[in-house]
Amino acid sequence: MLEIKNLTAKAGDKEILKGISLTVKAGEVHAIMGPNGSGKSTLAQILAGHPAYEVTGGSVTYLGQDLLAMQPEVRAQAGVFLAFQYPVEIAGVTNAYFLRAAFNEQRKARGEEEMDPIDFIDLLEEKLKIVEWGPEIMQRAVNFGFSGGEKKRNEILQMAVLSPKLAVLDETDSGLDIDALRIVANGVNKLRRPDAATIVVTHYQRLLDHIIPDFVHVLAGGRIVKSGGKELALELEAKGYEWLEDAPTAGARA
Amino acid sequence: MARGRTHGRGPRVTLATLERLPAPPGGAAPSWLAARRAAAVQRFTEVGFPTTRQEAWRFTDVAPIANAAFAPAPVVALTPGTIAPYTFGAEEGVRLVFVNGHHSAALSLSPALPAGVAVLPLSAALAHPEHARRIEQHLGSLADVAENPFVALNTGYATEGAYVFVPQGTDLALNVHLMFVTAPGAAGTVSHPRNLVILEEGARLELVEQFVGLDDGAYFVNPVTESVVGANAEFVHYKVQREGLGAWHVGALVARQARDARYFGFSAAVGASIGRTDIRTVFAGPGGETVLNGLYLVRGDQLIDHHTRIEHREPNCASRELYKGVLTGRGHGVFNGQVYVTPEAQKTDGKQTNRNLILSDTARVDTKPELEIFADDVKCTHGATVGRLDKMPLFYLESRGIGPALAARMLTFAFAAEVLADLSIPPVKTQLETLLGEWLG
Repeated sequence: MLEIKNLTAKAGDKEILKGISLTVKAGEVHAIMGPNGSGKSTLAQILAGHPAYEVTGGSVTYLGQDLLAMQPEVRAQAGVFLAFQYPVEIAGVTNAYFLRAAFNEQRKARGEEEMDPIDFIDLLEEKLKIVEWGPEIMQRAVNFGFSGGEKKRNEILQMAVLSPKLAVLDETDSGLDIDALRIVANGVNKLRRPDAATIVVTHYQRLLDHIIPDFVHVLAGGRIVKSGGKELALELEAKGYEWLEDAPTAGARA
Repeated sequence: MARGRTHGRGPRVTLATLERLPAPPGGAAPSWLAARRAAAVQRFTEVGFPTTRQEAWRFTDVAPIANAAFAPAPVVALTPGTIAPYTFGAEEGVRLVFVNGHHSAALSLSPALPAGVAVLPLSAALAHPEHARRIEQHLGSLADVAENPFVALNTGYATEGAYVFVPQGTDLALNVHLMFVTAPGAAGTVSHPRNLVILEEGARLELVEQFVGLDDGAYFVNPVTESVVGANAEFVHYKVQREGLGAWHVGALVARQARDARYFGFSAAVGASIGRTDIRTVFAGPGGETVLNGLYLVRGDQLIDHHTRIEHREPNCASRELYKGVLTGRGHGVFNGQVYVTPEAQKTDGKQTNRNLILSDTARVDTKPELEIFADDVKCTHGATVGRLDKMPLFYLESRGIGPALAARMLTFAFAAEVLADLSIPPVKTQLETLLGEWLG
């Protein structure tokens, strides 16, 4: 589904990714862990097409297409979803309007008709249950004045509505209390499908108690320094990241 | 045909052939009115059209108006269907329609009104002794011919307008819609609507002045509205300027608020090639509240200018002002917001904000807050911004599959619609949201 080869990228003059290779197959959940500043959020944002980063080398192939050549909205229409570490507040646009616009733009891009507003409300009601929310949230402006936890839940709601093929969660667990963490993790688990893959970027192991990854990769200094199974996360929790930071670069393939 | 002209110092103008306020049925214009007109004409003749050398007109060059020739706008009959898109349909209360400045009884709507309430053409009100007395008392008492040449021009040459009177303690539940339509074929014509609104103590009124142009030629509309807001009265006063894109619209609104009076003003401007509105409100008693909000949408080579002035002359008054502008093409927006606080006006609470969103490289905004504060115990703030759409919200929408054009449209709509959210006359809110959507394309 996703094949990243020797990806290098910079923000301004600063080189952040120094050769990342990673293969993700449909049905898999990959966790990308690493210390602050390791480049893991950069990797997530580059997959969504964030304009702040410049790819300087390597390739990313998504479902056989050159992902890096696609505009951000085209990536989304093709099924890529980034749950933002810092979801953006959008004053004056209601959650309802925003979600319906996004949903219908994706349908149109696939050559499907827009969904009837009544049918969309039904769909929304179903999806709201996943994040344990009532319909009131839909009349609030997107993320505007939301608490940190509400913003993360809203990301999961969007993910549930848009039903992506490749979901990338960028530190979705940071700043969440235990209830919010459970809701977010539960949302992600409900969306696991054999034809969809998830990349979970996280600093802490605790999210991985709830979302069990198939593979864990450790990113340090812009490179993947170690890959393994879910037990690697526990090892990291116990030993920290320091023991890996000087380790030789590993081309990751699980 | 008359010709206004500016050349050299001391411009001379002769607008003598323009038609005047029609005499009331059964008699000539009262002498007091004739005298005020003559004084205004005299004033205008002395000062002429303003130039960009004058601070208040620095960014707004009215030379195209000064150099044009105008005939009085002719009487034209329009079908109801022609104005239907601009009416409020079933939500309409009282409607007074003026076509090319002339009252059209056929297009107006006159439902039964509470006792004492009057919504009349100014000419008809002059024929009524009690109203004539009030008009004599107030007409020209607020809009200063010495301060603004266009007010002098209007006062000297006013053709017609609306007279609205709401007596003590009366809440006129029906909205009042004053519609000033310029008919097709109006290029080269001028009209000077003159309105007077009087709310007695404790009265309440919602009124909309809408200027509609059905002609894209160069015509000139020069309206003035004076509003006398009595003690503890509440006046919701909206202006919607949607003239044709070749038009010149230069108007003034002046309101005086007695003790505890509330004035909620809103000015929307989307039309005209030169569109200028001067708004002045005066606290003439303590405890009043003023809100002046506005929205301007500017494209092509349009120039849209708002000059507002809130005069805090009494203690314990509050004013809030939020103007927003969206500009594209070579559009030019001007905002000047004066807040004037006299030494007597202690405990003044004033806040002024002007925000502009620029969508093209060639659009321009000149924004200038002017706070003049002579009292020491006041709270006054102001803020002005000119900027483009933020990148992160755009990326956020794009990352959900919404293309950049739609994303920009959604964010621009949201930016502008904020200032429409609190409009308390529902059909105006609906109309302006629709207009905004159409403007964004």
